[in-house]
Amino acid sequence: MAHWSSRGNDQSFGRKLRDVNWGLVLLISLIASIGFSALYSAAGGDIDPWADRQMARFAIGLVIMVMIAVTDIRIWMRFSYIVYAVGVVLLIAVELVGRIGMGAQRWLDLGVVHVQPSEIMKIALVLTLARYFHGLSYEDVGRIRWLVVPLAIVLVPVGLVIKQPDLGTAMLLLASSGAVFFFAGVRAWKFLLVIFGGGAALPVAWNFLHDYQKRRVLTFMNPEQDPLGSGYHILQSKIALGSGGFSGKGFMQGTQSHLSFLPEKQTDFIFTMYAEEHGLIGALVLIALYILLIAYGYAIALRARSQFARLLAGGLTTMLFLYVFINIAMVSGLVPVVGVPLPLVSYGGTAMMTLLVGLGLLINCYVHRDVEIPRHMSGL
Amino acid sequence: MAMNRRDNDLQRVFTRRALLLGTAQLGLFGALIGRLYYLQVMESDKYTLLAEENRINMRLLSPRRGRVLDRFGTELASNRRNYRVMIVAEQTRNVDATLEALSKLIQVDDTQRARVKREIERRRKFVPVVVAENLSWDDFAKVNLHSPDLPGVQLDVGETRDYPYAGTFSHVVGYVGAVSETEIGDDPLLELPGFRIGKSGVEKVYDERLRGRAGHSQIEVNAYGRAIRELERHNGVPGEDIVLTIDADLQRFAQERFGEESGAGVVIDIHTGDILALVSNPGYDPNWFNVGITGPQWRQLNGDKYKPLINKAIQGQYPPGSTFKMLVGLAALEAGTMTPDTRVFCPGHMDFGNNTFHCWKKGGHGTMNMASAIEESCDVYFYEAARRTGVDKVAEMAKRLGLGEFTGIDLTGERRGLIPTRAWKQAVLGQPWAQGENLVIGIGQGYVTSTPLQLAVMTARLANGGYAVQPRIVRKDDALGPTTDPRLAAQRWPHIGLKREQLDLALEGMIRVTTPPRGTASGARITLAQYAMAGKTGSSQVRRISRLERETRVRKNEEKPWEERDHALFVAFAPISAPRYACAVIVEHGGSGAKMAAPIARDIMLEVQKLDPSRKSRTAPGPTTASGAGTPKDGG
Repeated sequence: MAHWSSRGNDQSFGRKLRDVNWGLVLLISLIASIGFSALYSAAGGDIDPWADRQMARFAIGLVIMVMIAVTDIRIWMRFSYIVYAVGVVLLIAVELVGRIGMGAQRWLDLGVVHVQPSEIMKIALVLTLARYFHGLSYEDVGRIRWLVVPLAIVLVPVGLVIKQPDLGTAMLLLASSGAVFFFAGVRAWKFLLVIFGGGAALPVAWNFLHDYQKRRVLTFMNPEQDPLGSGYHILQSKIALGSGGFSGKGFMQGTQSHLSFLPEKQTDFIFTMYAEEHGLIGALVLIALYILLIAYGYAIALRARSQFARLLAGGLTTMLFLYVFINIAMVSGLVPVVGVPLPLVSYGGTAMMTLLVGLGLLINCYVHRDVEIPRHMSGL
Repeated sequence: MAMNRRDNDLQRVFTRRALLLGTAQLGLFGALIGRLYYLQVMESDKYTLLAEENRINMRLLSPRRGRVLDRFGTELASNRRNYRVMIVAEQTRNVDATLEALSKLIQVDDTQRARVKREIERRRKFVPVVVAENLSWDDFAKVNLHSPDLPGVQLDVGETRDYPYAGTFSHVVGYVGAVSETEIGDDPLLELPGFRIGKSGVEKVYDERLRGRAGHSQIEVNAYGRAIRELERHNGVPGEDIVLTIDADLQRFAQERFGEESGAGVVIDIHTGDILALVSNPGYDPNWFNVGITGPQWRQLNGDKYKPLINKAIQGQYPPGSTFKMLVGLAALEAGTMTPDTRVFCPGHMDFGNNTFHCWKKGGHGTMNMASAIEESCDVYFYEAARRTGVDKVAEMAKRLGLGEFTGIDLTGERRGLIPTRAWKQAVLGQPWAQGENLVIGIGQGYVTSTPLQLAVMTARLANGGYAVQPRIVRKDDALGPTTDPRLAAQRWPHIGLKREQLDLALEGMIRVTTPPRGTASGARITLAQYAMAGKTGSSQVRRISRLERETRVRKNEEKPWEERDHALFVAFAPISAPRYACAVIVEHGGSGAKMAAPIARDIMLEVQKLDPSRKSRTAPGPTTASGAGTPKDGG
């Protein structure tokens, strides 16, 4: 235990609590509060049915987040493979007995709670990869044979998620895993190879897409061609954003949202409603808060002393970025509708929980920024 | 050291790549902001407009259609409440069950049910679908009473056109019906579902005034089209009421007087041109067209040999027969080819060229002058008058008296009749005029045709002293309104240029027609002196009597099939002492004018004088009862 002796290895609980980055917690709460007001507006000026539940979940999630943050980082490291294994088992279980929602098998009914294994996997995958790469030296990372295992770690759950089928989550998993690979020092030419290889394989992949997935992509290419069919959502979302203008229509005054022209206004399209009511100004404020949050994430990653914490913080931050970017790009018609919620704002318990767990781990990396972890701890 | 260096490599790579990826992500956020700037600032106007189009629905408000009133304010066309039962799909769990329950109260047959279900399928679930319309108050009340047991049933009171007198005014008032493709024009009202437009008669001619102007309301709707609230409302302008010159009581009397006969009658104020009655018998029920005529109803109307859909008063073109004789006489007088005293001997026929032209009286009338020739309707006298005068001069006189020209009455489908000339025959038939044809013209046969309205106008122009009165169906309260001074009225019309003594001669002949013992219509005279009527009979041949028939035996009218019998005509004016009213009556294939048309004309002329609508001032228009308005004060 002697080599664990450097500062921060043996912090007391109280000290850890004081070490929690409360400014970050405040930032998170601020973003969530914008979500509450948006949900209040979405319900036509009522905290029921969305804002109240979202607040309750957030309150619980906040406690869980802090608890995760102060738990020793090495425990999370130790449990990461187990969490991953459980995640894979649950994904297989969902494949066998899962509930069908929105045309895809995503939910697992465990009697008391409904579990969405792909959500667990989002965190578990980053944890697992961080732990794996923590055990590699810079030279090892450069060797292909050390990449076989992590590739398998990524592709097994991604394959299962694609099969559900949930293309959005699969791509999110791929992208955040790719970021961890990248941060870990996998050589740049390999990424270029994969990107070009993937581009060449696109036409083949197209054939494996489900009809509704193909339709979404096609609709994205030209939404106006089918304004009453599947292009309707994108078009209505753009109308809502555009009509919001510079300063917005005012709180609870969004006609597109309140007259139901906007679909899913409390979940995936909540940014549209928010920007319709608060205009470009409001949108910029919210985006600035997200940029701040992501910058915080990078700062934590850069400050961390262990490779595990760096990769974990970097991977989680990238995932957060992907959520925000894909959601806003989707509702403003830059990318196809893939069903990615806006972090902390969109209504939904599972996504909220996943995010707060992720953010808890991020803060954990900050609390344990000076903890040094020997490379061999990565091994089983 | 070695281990530290490698760790430092990892950290350096991480730092570099984190900064790289972070910058890239910042750049992507920049792209998002650019996108939002594009949508929310640069394209904002476009999307604002689209959002408003989404949100705001313009609904047209149908104005109340104006009423059609008789000259005293009796409603001939009005709007009545239309009791409707509708069903709203989203308010009932089971449409079938509700319809089933409804069918126990009112009649809902299978085709109705199928239509209702089809419409429910097609429309949004909150849009009411009409199950039954035009319910009686009893049925409506019954449904209302049971409405707690009828989930989804909605009761509604709309408006629909109503013609309370059914067939009596059908040819004057006309009817409304659904707008056809070709009628859709600039007025957005015409595209309203269920909107009715005038299809014939006054309803059509005055449609724009009756229709009024559309109002509109701006309604905020949600994505499913459900109305959320009304943003703005402009009520339209209701349609004007149109007041006719018709006296409803007289019209009803006249219509009933025709009984089962097919025919037409027109009563006109000889000074003002006000048409007091315009009857075409049989009529049809315009309400059928309003609610949508059924197949059997349509076949019944079209198959009827009495042709109820034809307005015979303005569309029926009949040879005027002997009612034309005054006109021929006047033409001859003016041309100087006859003088009042010129005598013609009637042996019962007249030979001309290779033909023999017969007088209706087989033995002949003996020696005739103009007045006695009119009195006894001697054909030979007028053969001679027409032979001497020629067709063109007769046509010229006919034109001045209003024949062969549109009267311009504000009703639909008026026909012009035909007054032939030499030029006309050459141009249309490509043949020169034969001398013998002049003779036929002399008794109002041959090519000559006229409408009953034209004959009434002709008679009015004779009786008012030769003023070119024009008929009118819509009342105007100008100097020609309810005046009791005929001179004032007559001054408004141009004079047709006949000498007074010539006119008086024609009128004397007409007075003698209803005077015993020799007048052809003396059997149908009005015996009350103050109402005495003058007139002229006419029986116009529908087909030529063949030589064979002449030689064997001319069949009596009663022996011929209906279609081949003569038309019976009578024109009249009254009272003789101070003429005010003129009328023309035609009974299709009625046989003899004296026997069939004159009695009807007599009764109508007596009635109009008793009612005396021209001299009565107009009561305020309003829902006056038909019986109250026109009760004669000086009757009897």
